Amino acid sequence: MLKRLSVAMVGVVLLGSALAGCGSKDDSTGSGSGDGKIVLGFSQVGAESGWRTANTKSIQDSAKAAGIELKFADAQGKQENQITAIRSFITQKVDVIAFSPVVTSGWDAVLKEAKDAGIPVILTDRAVDSQDTSLYVTFLGSDFIEEGKKAGQWLVDQYKGKTGPVSIVELQGTTGAAPAIDRQKGFADTIAADPNLKIVKSQTGDFTRAQGKTVMETFLQSTPKIDVLYAHNDDMGLGAIEAIEAAGKKPGTDIKIITVDAVKDGMTALSEGKINYIVECSPLLGPQLMDVVKQVKSGGSPEKRILTKETTFTQEQAKTELPNRQY
Amino acid sequence: MTILKNRLFWPAVILVALLVVNMFTSNQFITVRDGHLFGTLPDILRGSAPLLLVALGMTLVIATGGIDLSVGSVMAISGAVACLLISDLGNQNSVGSVLLIIGVAIVVSLVLGLWNGALVAAVGIQPIIATLILMVAGRGVAQLITDGQIINVQSSPYATIATGFFLAMPVAFLIAVGAVVLTVLLTRRTALGLLLESVGGSPTASRLAGIRSRRITVMTYVVSGGLAGLAGLIYSANIKSADSISAGNLIELDAILAVVIGGTALIGGRFSIAGTVIGALLIQTLGVTVVAVGVPSKATLLFKAVIVVALCLSQSATFRQKVFGRIKPRPATAVRAEVPA
Repeated sequence: MLKRLSVAMVGVVLLGSALAGCGSKDDSTGSGSGDGKIVLGFSQVGAESGWRTANTKSIQDSAKAAGIELKFADAQGKQENQITAIRSFITQKVDVIAFSPVVTSGWDAVLKEAKDAGIPVILTDRAVDSQDTSLYVTFLGSDFIEEGKKAGQWLVDQYKGKTGPVSIVELQGTTGAAPAIDRQKGFADTIAADPNLKIVKSQTGDFTRAQGKTVMETFLQSTPKIDVLYAHNDDMGLGAIEAIEAAGKKPGTDIKIITVDAVKDGMTALSEGKINYIVECSPLLGPQLMDVVKQVKSGGSPEKRILTKETTFTQEQAKTELPNRQY
Repeated sequence: MTILKNRLFWPAVILVALLVVNMFTSNQFITVRDGHLFGTLPDILRGSAPLLLVALGMTLVIATGGIDLSVGSVMAISGAVACLLISDLGNQNSVGSVLLIIGVAIVVSLVLGLWNGALVAAVGIQPIIATLILMVAGRGVAQLITDGQIINVQSSPYATIATGFFLAMPVAFLIAVGAVVLTVLLTRRTALGLLLESVGGSPTASRLAGIRSRRITVMTYVVSGGLAGLAGLIYSANIKSADSISAGNLIELDAILAVVIGGTALIGGRFSIAGTVIGALLIQTLGVTVVAVGVPSKATLLFKAVIVVALCLSQSATFRQKVFGRIKPRPATAVRAEVPA
């Protein structure tokens, strides 16, 4: 036992000295890595959902593909962990720092430290409310209002040239959450173009399947006619499908369904014809992030706001896309 | 006049009032379709099953002076266990295997209840802290079981426990009714109810009187765990998937509210199962009414709060006397505050 331990220790010491030798060769680059690789420090919110897990995996995979050395820190949903991680990135002299802020406020001090150290900061997925926008280079993420607009536009196109009122019910996300507020606003603004399109009922389904089902049951019982359901995420839409089927109606045919997210289960329902249209909210922003990192490192200045590359899916597109869905 | 003084009079009045509101907003309040009941009322009964089961267990725990905060997490774990096992089945529609898996999930929940009971009765940890441990850790365990993902199942026997019908009645509601009837028989037709109340009143005095108060306490947590597990199965069967993040989230608060509306004292020593049933149905009906009448989602919580405050005030003898007492003046007797024994 003792012998094996000492062998292991010798191994560690040898490896350590080899690395140190390597590092000392080009200390002048200022980064921790020896071979001129760009070093990116990334602090993730946590692993609270399938969406977030896919987000993490995308960043890790694309860093590897782009030849960027990634120092990854999981904040487990706590701001103080994230601040600690950013400080340690600064002392390690990484080339670029990127992070998804757990909360919007309280970042000025630590971002100032990064700025003073000359390390550019990129925000991903979530924004911060700092007054001083020079503290970060860019914000890369989805535009929830745009998602709502895309959903609304599809509906407007569907009913173009048709007369007669169309009654829409809406399942909102968690009350007060940014995606819920923005997806509602973008949708409502867009469908205002057609006076026939009317939201008759709108209630929160808390982004969950069970609530989506319960609220849809009541919508079905208390509304004379429902033509369209707009759900702020796939899960609520999937719950609502259960309720619609239990009421003896055909989802996708009797009631048209539009959702946002495009997770695997949602795409499956779309390809089966139970959902009519899904607006994507993609966690796969890794490749875009690496492009921005390279651009920043080579002295370029990217746009202050970069939108995640996102698309929309019809039933036909879902059938071809479904086998490639990772999350 | 005596019926007005019954603690359950006002909750029952509000429940009936909410149901009447639903009669007007609903297309079909109650009707028969495809050989089973259909409409708003059957939806309410079916939807209230998980809360009814959880609140029933909570009533027994509270009767002994305890509290069980872990019910939501136990729901998540039992749903996660069941869906994980069912998704591994070769034939998900095999009734035998599904029943066996349901059994496994219930046993897991009973063990979790035993853990709570042991912490409270054997180790002597305060119930609110003892069950808080499982409340926080349990959700983590559930997420570990499902690997943080939502597990889907396509098993019609499993879905039946939430969405099926038996003798035209929703199966989920029948399960809840069965649990209620069994509990009433066990507590009110045997000495068990009396023992529960005596332990809640004073565990030490009960022990000195020859009651095995520890055993009674542990038993209530085991029952609460088992009922929460059953509720978790109905919850996950309802959406044919295990959603370990949101399953049973905050249901402990609704359950405690249902118990309190029903007139069970939080300090223990007195409980009313009929009251809990009315409380749970009231909360479920309130949720449905909010959607049916179209209260904007920003105002839903406020609307619910107003109803609950009105209800609690109506149950307070002090409040009633202050407001209505002037109409028929009585000799000014000081209102006797009830001092917990």
